[in-house]
Formats: sequence, structure tokens, C-alpha cells
Amino acid sequence: MKTYYNPEDLKKFGKITDLQKPMGDKFFAYYAEVFKEGALTAREKSLIALAVAHAIQCPYCIDAYTTDTLEKGCDEEQMMEAVHVAAAIRGGASLVHATQMMNKINEISM
Amino acid sequence: MKSLKAQNHSLANPEEEIQVLEGNLPGGKFDFRHHLETIGLFPLRPTPLEIFQINVGKMCNQVCKHCHVDAGPDRKEVMTKETMTQCLSILAKETSITTVDLTGGAPELNPEFRWFVTEIRRLRPDVKIIVRCNLTIILANPKFYDLPEFFKINKIEVVSSLPYFTAMKTDAQRGEGVFEKSIQALKMLNAVGYGEENSGLIINLVYNPSGAFLPGSQNELELEFKKKLWDRYQIKFNSLFTITNLPISRFLEYLLRSGNYENYMEKLIDAFNPVAASGVMCRNTISVGWDGYLFDCDFNQMLELKVDAPKSQHISSWDSSALANRSIVINNHCFGCTAGAGSSCGGTTV
Repeated sequence: MKTYYNPEDLKKFGKITDLQKPMGDKFFAYYAEVFKEGALTAREKSLIALAVAHAIQCPYCIDAYTTDTLEKGCDEEQMMEAVHVAAAIRGGASLVHATQMMNKINEISM
Repeated sequence: MKSLKAQNHSLANPEEEIQVLEGNLPGGKFDFRHHLETIGLFPLRPTPLEIFQINVGKMCNQVCKHCHVDAGPDRKEVMTKETMTQCLSILAKETSITTVDLTGGAPELNPEFRWFVTEIRRLRPDVKIIVRCNLTIILANPKFYDLPEFFKINKIEVVSSLPYFTAMKTDAQRGEGVFEKSIQALKMLNAVGYGEENSGLIINLVYNPSGAFLPGSQNELELEFKKKLWDRYQIKFNSLFTITNLPISRFLEYLLRSGNYENYMEKLIDAFNPVAASGVMCRNTISVGWDGYLFDCDFNQMLELKVDAPKSQHISSWDSSALANRSIVINNHCFGCTAGAGSSCGGTTV
């Protein structure tokens, strides 16, 4: 069955440089720099990446960072909490706009 | 759960395992020999012998899902006192040996275990003796309750598997209730001084991934384990060793059954590290099987790949020169020891 998402395509990510090498190279260099141990540990960054992967609903990223967080020694409970953080922010982002709705209600209501 | 052998599983046969390992590698990748050739390490030669690893039997009180020995209560292979005596005579004359590493199964289940340990210590007060203790054996029977004291008296370095600091992950890999008992056993070891600074009594833990993925940074995991085990259980230990699961025996069976074999092999091959390859443990180790046969490592032992020294394949025919001049037997399972920061019975190698 044909599908837009194929797990094998994740392995081809590096090939995006075939069509635009300078930009692709810069992106991957930046990416590597971002995930290095810094003020945040590599483990913390991996959990953030896992949460963001769920927020943006990227199957490739979920695949990659589920493996990566496990490899970095996170357990399922920590991983699920990270996903709840993403869910809370996504849910919160909708709900906080309710203030705009309420402003508008106040504006046009007697 | 039964051992693969008791299940009459095809992968209990080392020839079957080797057939899988020598089959087509994912993505047409080159084999381990080719990888060594490209960095000038083939044939792989030994360095002076330092570690004398002795597998005193495959009997174990646990049946861990990833066990490369396929150990369990149904395994009856145990080393005899006669073979142990032969090991002692080699230990007496091979003065370059600095470490005797006793493994199993659960080594303590060998009826001659205490005699053997005492003799090793008497014969070579200078060597480090490691016992790979699965922790739960200490609580398996009242006759084992004094093992921490026995280890202390004989200045044993205890190395114990604890795949995680939670029950869920530990029990999933090592069996129901193993985590709780492991915590109790660690407390008993701590109580006699193990893990205590300046006590000279060393307890090291082993982390290995509970699935088809590689271990992370040994240093980071050690910090995490130390914090969690202290905060939750007031347990101390010295070092954490991260070990990569090698694709043999029960772990191989899991990889094949779960459809993870190709991806896992690809991961290992892609992570091949030449520095780790030059520091593999088989170069300074001889591994003795329960029946006295000699191997380059415990993994080759389980695959029944004897040392490539036809005159010296058994402890009874030990020939130092033939062993020193041998080539180390390799196959594609060796990618497990050369991936990333490397892997050995003592953790990372890079």
C-alpha cells in the first residue's frame, strides 16, 4: 500500500543535501551543535525533542526521539510525562485564546 | 519461562545462530572482517593475557529475556572440581593474569563455588576476583544469605546487573519481582561495606538496554542511577558499566521474533568505531567454558567458537605460546563490542 510516510525514508534524511548542499550542510551542522551537551544535558534535549515531535506530530521525529530517549536512559514514565507537557502546551494554547473570545464577548455584549 | 534449549528452539543450536549472523547484512553492508581489514586490524591478535574469565556453569535462578548464556534453572551444565583445579594450575603459572572473572549462570549455584573462590584467593592474593552476581541469588535460599560476608572476606569485586532503577523495566527484562529482591540484596551488600567509600569493597552495576537500542552515555547513566538509587532506596554503588546487547542467543531470538534484527544490526554496523575495535576485551582475555574448553570471550563461548589454537583448546592442554600467537575468532556478533563507545564485560572501552 502506498503511503506518504515510510519509516525507511528516515534513513534518507541526510540525502536532502543532494539537491541543495550548502543549506543542507549548514542545517545539519546547526542540528548537531544544538543537540550537543551544553547548559542542558543531551538527555534533557532529547526529552524536549520528543515532546516537540509530538506537538508537531512528526512521525519521523517520534520514531527517532523515542529511540534516542531510550538510549539516553529515560524510562517510559519520563517519556510519557514529556508528551503530556507537549499536550498541555498544545491544549493550553487553544484555551488561552479563549481570553480573546471573552474579550470579544465583552466588547459586543450588553 | 524456559531456556531456548529446554524449548528445543532452533536458536539453542550455535550453528543456527551463526547461520543467521552470516546471512545477508542489512543494506548490503560489509561484514565484521571487512571492517577490521579496512582499519588494519585483521587478523585480530591478542595482547598479553590479563583477564581469566571462567564460566562455572549455566545454571541460574533467573531466566532473563536477553541472556546470552541461555541460562536458567533448567540448565544443568556446571564446572567440575577437576576442571576448577586445572584452572588453578594455570592461574599459578600465568603471572600476567591480573583479574579472575567468575561468571555463569549464577556462579554461586556451582556446589564448588566457595571452595574455588577461596583457593583462587589463597593462590593469588594479588589478583582482582570478580563475581558476576545476579543479586537475587543472595535471597534465593537461606544458605546464600551470608554471601555478602563471604565476598567481603575474599575481597571480591561484585558486578551485578540492574538494567534500570525502576521495577517496571528491570522486571520486564529479568523476571517478576527481580527488582525488589535486587534492591534488598544491594542493601545487604551495602550493610557489610560494599559501595562505601574507602572500604575497598567494590560493587559495580551493569546497565544494558531493555530492547533493540544501544546504551547511552555511561557517565550520564551512572550519575542518574546513583542519584535515583540513593534518593529512593539509600543504596550506594561504585561504578555503572553500560553493556551493549550482542545479537546472540535469547537476544537474537527476541530480535528476530520482534522484527528488529535488521534495524539493530544496521545500528551496530553504522556505529562501528575503530577505536573501540582496537580495545575489544577479547584481546587480553581467555574465557574458560564450564567443560574446560577455551574461547576468546564469553560470547564466542556461547556460540561454541573455540580459540583458533588447535593444540590449546582445552584447559588441560593449555599452551601459552599457542594462545599468544592465535588469531581471535570473529563473526558479525562482534559488531556489538565495537559500536559507539565500545562494550565489554567492564562497560565501555573508549
